[in-house]
Amino acid sequence: MIINLIFDVFSLILLGSAAMVVTSRNPVHAVLFLILAFINAAGLFLLAGAEFLAMILVIVYVGAVAVLFLFVVMMLDVNFSALREGFQRYAPIGALVALILFGELALFVTGSAISPGAASARLFPTPQGISNTQALGSLIYTNYLVLFQLSGVILLVAMIGAIVLTHRDRKRAKQQNLDTQHARTPAQTLTMVSAKLGAGAPMPEPKKETL
Amino acid sequence: MSAFFHTDIGIIILTLLESLAIIVPLLLGVAYLTWFERKVMGAIQLRKGPNVVGPFGLWQPFADAIKMLFKETIFPAGADKILFTIAPMITFGLAVIAWAVIPVNDHWAVANINVGILYLFAISSLGVYGIIIAGWASNSKYAFLGALRSAAQMVSYEVSMGFVIVTVLMCVGSLNLNDIVLAQRHVWFAIPLLPLFVIFFISGLAETNRAPFDLAEGETEIVAGFFVEYSAMTFALFFLGEYANMILISAMTTTLFLGGWLSPIPFAPFTLIPGVFWFLLKILVCLFVFVWVRATLPRFRYDQIMSLGWKVFLPISLIWLVLTAGFLEIFGMLPHA
Repeated sequence: MIINLIFDVFSLILLGSAAMVVTSRNPVHAVLFLILAFINAAGLFLLAGAEFLAMILVIVYVGAVAVLFLFVVMMLDVNFSALREGFQRYAPIGALVALILFGELALFVTGSAISPGAASARLFPTPQGISNTQALGSLIYTNYLVLFQLSGVILLVAMIGAIVLTHRDRKRAKQQNLDTQHARTPAQTLTMVSAKLGAGAPMPEPKKETL
Repeated sequence: MSAFFHTDIGIIILTLLESLAIIVPLLLGVAYLTWFERKVMGAIQLRKGPNVVGPFGLWQPFADAIKMLFKETIFPAGADKILFTIAPMITFGLAVIAWAVIPVNDHWAVANINVGILYLFAISSLGVYGIIIAGWASNSKYAFLGALRSAAQMVSYEVSMGFVIVTVLMCVGSLNLNDIVLAQRHVWFAIPLLPLFVIFFISGLAETNRAPFDLAEGETEIVAGFFVEYSAMTFALFFLGEYANMILISAMTTTLFLGGWLSPIPFAPFTLIPGVFWFLLKILVCLFVFVWVRATLPRFRYDQIMSLGWKVFLPISLIWLVLTAGFLEIFGMLPHA
């Protein structure tokens, strides 16, 4: 009874916030609703018994990806009313994509829900007796090791690519070099000058910094 | 009676009671942590600290609470009122709900779940939202600057914290916090994993935005950072949230590295003392270090914080992760849960 009630609450909030993501006028509010949707999706994962996926969803998507997303939306001064102008032109295409996705999802979900045989035909059935963290770990690191490593390499390439594309070494920026600072000795920077009484001393020639 | 606690309503009532048993001491602890901090910092700086309200100034936290309650909450012009009010609630609420999984004694946790440590990590990674929402909703440049600083800082230090946690998990073979403590019966993880223990604690300082990493507040540069526009109870919630987070990080350090509720001296008269006592004592030691660090060290510069996180802590924790994995594999010590 309680489980059903919790499921209803989570899914209602999930659907509501998902609707708000696309309808809210303020982009920051939209991202915050997206985060709320993520958290409720994690709650649904928990109810389905996939506690590892639930936690990873919160850690990766809410804790890292959405923070950066929020960051960008807050910092960028995008004119969102201008972006909305083409709404009616693009709406049919968006609806088509959504329809195809929905159809595929419906096929997939009803396949295992209506015919009990579908569950046994899975490539890797849900293991009994061990926690799903262990089950996922042993699958990823044995059967799918190569794929797992490959996806890591792809991410690495993407990361390096992003850095190469956006990094510009501006020489104007002042940077602190700890090694050169620590390597400086008094002999390099200090000069002793004897000043005559009443006349002072001439300014010593500045030493050449060997940076 | 015990059959009642297995019905639906019984379970709800029991969970509520358990939560109260955690939250009430936690709130008292937060109140007296402020007193403790002011006393310790006073002693370090050769002052007396609070000493007027009550004996040894012990009623000071309540006096502060009453003062906060009776002040006026001011909304800045152009602020996003809803988010402005929600932000402190998020900060404080997250600091409290994380306690659901922390084992205070053997199997004494509100929820003894399989992925306890991941839950803690997830909750602490959410902590950034309270700050970033507060900074944005305040409609103030100082607050926004503070929020941006703290967001970047917390995301950076979470990475090395994650690797430290993974190393501990590898030594335990379980994500359950109870198992993690029990795995330290023979030796606390602080000893074989000493560098990681240090990294974890320092990252904890950075996660809670405490000195010397309190750039999100940075009174001398950006007034008070993300909560510059907050007053009265909304400010108090941020303030209490920071202290609750300190206690939480101390509890995490205790659970992961200092043997949780286990007695530090493993023979007769000491093992008879209930584990809750040892657990609280270890938390108190960690909290003392928090205060000690704040009273001793000057604030970092922002680029120094970033280079410490990404160029020092991340490589060290990564290398230790690989080394530990190799060590456990070679000597056949990998746990098979």
